[in-house]
Amino acid sequence: MDVRLSPEQHALRDSVAQVVDRLGPKAVRQLDDPERAAKLDAAIAASGWRDLRAAEDGGQPLASGVEAAIVAEELGRGLVDAPFLGPTLSAELRRLAGAPLATGAETVLLARGLSSPVVAAALDGAVVLDGAVAIDAEGAGTALVLLAAGGGHMLAEVAVRPVDERTDLTRPTAVPSGTPAPLADQARVLTDHDVTSWTALGLALTCADLVGVMRGAVQLARDYAVDRRQYGAAIGSFQAVQHLLADAFVAMEGSRSVALHAAWAVDALPPDEALAAGALAKAYCARAARTVCETAVQVHGGIGNTWECLAHVFLRRALMSSDVLGGAGANLARVLDHHGIGSSR
Amino acid sequence: MNFGDSPDEAELRARLRAWLADNDPGLPASSTDDAYWRGQPAWHQALYDAGFFGMSWPKAIGGQELPSVFDVILDEELAAAGTPPRPSLGYLVQGILEHGNEDIQQRFLPGIVSGRERWCQGFSEPDAGSDLAALRTRADRDGDDYVLTGHKVWTSYSDDADWCLVLARTDHDVPKHKGISAFVVPMGQPGIEQRPLKMINGITKEFGEVIFDGARVPAANMIGAPGEGWPLAMTVVSHEREPGELGYVSRYKKVVKELATHVRANPEAYDAEQTRDLGWAIVEAEMLRLHVCRRLSDRLDGVSHGPEGSVDKLLMTQVEQAVGHAALGIGGTGHGDADDTALKVYLYSRAQSVMGGTSQIQRNLVARRILGLPA
Repeated sequence: MDVRLSPEQHALRDSVAQVVDRLGPKAVRQLDDPERAAKLDAAIAASGWRDLRAAEDGGQPLASGVEAAIVAEELGRGLVDAPFLGPTLSAELRRLAGAPLATGAETVLLARGLSSPVVAAALDGAVVLDGAVAIDAEGAGTALVLLAAGGGHMLAEVAVRPVDERTDLTRPTAVPSGTPAPLADQARVLTDHDVTSWTALGLALTCADLVGVMRGAVQLARDYAVDRRQYGAAIGSFQAVQHLLADAFVAMEGSRSVALHAAWAVDALPPDEALAAGALAKAYCARAARTVCETAVQVHGGIGNTWECLAHVFLRRALMSSDVLGGAGANLARVLDHHGIGSSR
Repeated sequence: MNFGDSPDEAELRARLRAWLADNDPGLPASSTDDAYWRGQPAWHQALYDAGFFGMSWPKAIGGQELPSVFDVILDEELAAAGTPPRPSLGYLVQGILEHGNEDIQQRFLPGIVSGRERWCQGFSEPDAGSDLAALRTRADRDGDDYVLTGHKVWTSYSDDADWCLVLARTDHDVPKHKGISAFVVPMGQPGIEQRPLKMINGITKEFGEVIFDGARVPAANMIGAPGEGWPLAMTVVSHEREPGELGYVSRYKKVVKELATHVRANPEAYDAEQTRDLGWAIVEAEMLRLHVCRRLSDRLDGVSHGPEGSVDKLLMTQVEQAVGHAALGIGGTGHGDADDTALKVYLYSRAQSVMGGTSQIQRNLVARRILGLPA
């Protein structure tokens, strides 16, 4: 056992951090700067990070879940408003099905509530697509859905259109605007194991995003506590504020440890165990992230409750990442199920 | 980046698993029954003699100089086998290794590591708890000896200790941190009175008070120079916060495993809240295992302990108390039943946010030393 990042992994983290720090939004008003957002999107497109889970010649992904998680964490920390999670999950589905890379911007469709992928029983998807949502859909023209076929699943794509949902101000959603059509070139039918493995990746990436969001939120609140003065002193000198921030930091550190393991498990463990690792990490990270972001709002006082403060942008992003493939409750149920304990009562 | 076993690690795991299958001492949990403490010396010695204790420490003191990540495997397998955890005294070893000279190390460390000599730690006093540097126990020079006068409390395992690592004031004319010296004091002598402390869950063997009234310690048993006790104390308490040093992961995993077995056997007996508490205990205990993997891996870079120990102590406390809540929920409070083990596990867990430095002190340290918040 040696869970240190490799020098290459450290270098990847540094290069993502550079892009994020150069082009990511530093203030709420910068979220409305299309020129900055376009530069950021172009930098990420040029980096190849969205293709980390695309297939190399043997069908294996170009990079492991750990590399993908490193990217996700830094993007979360910097509130990056360019797609990564959606395209990465789409690329993973295409890899597992032996399908070529998407030609345009593509994401995935999740069922109502976002806790599971859309599984359509047939092409006439009118009912199953009701309430389905395409995540992280900035610029996406299509989203992938699973279609029950041959004892497993095939991939189908469906056109999507943007909606005016404002849960996450950095990653808009979209809804289906057509009916699903099977992808033309699929080498194989996805098994249940494939879907489990894909879910494990999704859980690992959302955990990594949440860890990044927590890091960013703690830093924002810490900096404010150093600057803001009341009673003639920085509020960060008051023990009540210090303890809030200390607890937030500790929650982030525990989250980091489970999220790292979930990212490693994606490729290193059998699908069922990778899913269990992802579920355990997600339960922990989702619970921690909400509290940490609430702390960031609280430390900012009245300002933290205004639109112009970034604290709520972190909180909103945390809520979205929590919901994708299930939050604390849904994943705690997965953990219990893995231990042979039903959680139905 | 690998959470899995290397070939060497897999070999150790297999050897350990085979040994544990034949060597479970059958002791009750340390947190619930005084009988544990009567059996602990033999358990320590058996683990050591089989080559499974103190694996990361220097060969000169009885260790094997293996990477400390091997201790994670030990903790995992101890929990899986349902045996007691490894003895928690790495913090004493680390303190003496860092601050003791060659003579002190050779005289005392092999006995601690092998479990042949029992140790306790005389730091806290009735009026020096969180503010440890306010301690008043005094050591006055008398020929080749120092004479000790004072009152120590929370002195774990003091009733059967052979030696006590004592902090005492040797200089009253300097700032409080600078007048403290550290001594290795022989316990079996006149002038030392040990009193057990009965804790809220009824155990009496773990904690005690020690009153020094004219006990003698040779000057050669001082660790470091006069007035250098405080840095040693800081080394010891910072290691005392580290779950990787303490080996508590196995204790938590063992309780969680037993609770899960109860629920699986009779799922209808437990409601959603009880089941959810168990789920969180599973999550928390596993978090700590993975967190220790991270910390011990960092040591491969030679990264030593620092203020992160306070983060780890706070995480460990959350785990112990989540496990305590699950035990209380599932084991029940023992109405009409003589077996109140679950209640004892729960009550014992309340001490974790106090012992080894309170959670409030740990938060102060995280805020100041990691987050850099102003004083």
